[in-house]
Parts: sequence; structure tokens; C-alpha cells
Amino acid sequence: MLAALREGDGRAYERLVTGHGGRMLAVARRMLRNDEEARDAVQEAFLLAFRGLPRFAGRSRLGTWLHRITVNAALMKLRSRRARPEESIEPLLPNFLEDGHATRSYVEWPESAEQLLQRAEVRRLVRTAIDRLPPTYRTVLLLRDIEELDTGEVAELLSVSENAVKIRLHRARQALRELLDPHLQQGEA
Amino acid sequence: MKSRIGKIARHRGDEFITCEELVTFLLDYLSQELDAEERREFERHLAVCPSCAAYLATYERTVELGREALRRELEADPPPLDGELVQAILRFSRRG
Repeated sequence: MLAALREGDGRAYERLVTGHGGRMLAVARRMLRNDEEARDAVQEAFLLAFRGLPRFAGRSRLGTWLHRITVNAALMKLRSRRARPEESIEPLLPNFLEDGHATRSYVEWPESAEQLLQRAEVRRLVRTAIDRLPPTYRTVLLLRDIEELDTGEVAELLSVSENAVKIRLHRARQALRELLDPHLQQGEA
Repeated sequence: MKSRIGKIARHRGDEFITCEELVTFLLDYLSQELDAEERREFERHLAVCPSCAAYLATYERTVELGREALRRELEADPPPLDGELVQAILRFSRRG
């Protein structure tokens, strides 16, 4: 495939786009939550990939390479958005009394992650909850927990300090936990 | 040491760290960035506070659910691109 692409074989290009494009669009939609911007990001990702093909050493899988380019293209889109006021994450964070005790008690969820993940409605619930996170926090959660980039890489991509990445990640996870909690406490999501 | 959210105030005699301190430093605890004494204090609190123990357990499960719910969505083969977008992309390749 790679050799055919480098030779400019039109059918190889078509196979590349039809074979990987759907997944790339899903990745871009997940980050941008906007169909039009996601489609633009995929086009830009392919453009970057076509230009980068001569330099692609083939050390990673083609799919992994395209995935990474897509994440970068989606991030560029996110950065180019005009700063929009976003909802505060504070209501989704735990509250404490002056003496440092939590204002409410937390209880375990009866089912394991694996049991929960077997149910399509739980997977949907989790995806919807991630979509509800304010964008600043959702982006860090996606890059750290889902794309598994390290703190330094995320800090560099977002031009913020490593400490800011850690604080955002912690808040995003706390907020996601809070959104899932009422559904998962009873074991009947 | 890697960058940390902050530092737990040094232990005050027999007092336990507070729920607020525990929740604040959860990420540092999970990323193994607390020093041995801080870790001991953290675990001493967890041993006597079922609410914080539940918070920690559900926090860890949240991370796993987020990661896996999205990974499985991608593995389920998302629909292919529509023809219009495929053609728009292929036009770039011809320009290349």
C-alpha cells in the first residue's frame, strides 16, 4: 500500500481514504463536536498526510499515523475557534465544609467497569457525559485519557503549563464521575 | 519529581488529612507522585473514611469507563465517509 501511494497510484489513495476516513471523521467529531468542522479537519488531515507520505518511515502503522494527524488537525481547529465563554465546571466538583469534610457522602458503584461496559446504554451514557464537559476540560481528558498522550505532550500542544494540564484533567475526571454517579449508583444505568 | 498539583501540608500530630486534601491530591496519588509520608497519610485517611474510599474507587472506574467507551465506539467501525467528502479529499491527492 505504502509503495503504491508513493508512486501516486490513484486507487491506493482511494483505498486509503475509504479505508481510514470513517474512523478519522469519528475521531475529529469526538474532539470538535461539530460536523462541519470535523469534515474540514479530516480533509486537512489527509492533505497533511499526502504531503507527509514521502517522510513517513513506516515505523508506526499507517492507521496510527493518520489517527495522530487527525488529532492534530482537530486541535488546530479548536485553537482557531474564537474564544467562547464556556459553562463553569464548578457545579460538577465536590464541595467541602470549612473543616475540610465533604458536604456529602459518596458510595461505591455496585458493578465493575467491565460489567458496565458490556451494556450499550452505559457506553452511550459515558460518551454523552464526556460531550457535556466544558471544552477546555473535555479536550484535556480526550488527549490524556483517551489518546494517552503524556502530560508534557498535552501541555505543549495546548500551550499551557504541565500543572494546568494536570488540574484540568483532574477536574474533568471529577466532573465526569459526578455526571455518571446518579446513573451508576443503583446499578441500573 | 514530575510536576504535581501541589503539596500536602505536613502531618499535624495524630490528625488525619481532610477529605478535601485527599480529593485534591487524588491525581498525584494515582500517578505515584506523593512521597512515602504523604502516601501513608493518604492511605491512613482512606482506611477510616468509606466515603473517600468510594470516591477514589468511582474516580478510577470513571477513567476506565471513559477510555473504554470511546475506544469501543471506534472499534465498532464507524460509517465510511460519504462520496462527496471522499472526492474532495482525492482532489488534493491529484494536486500533490
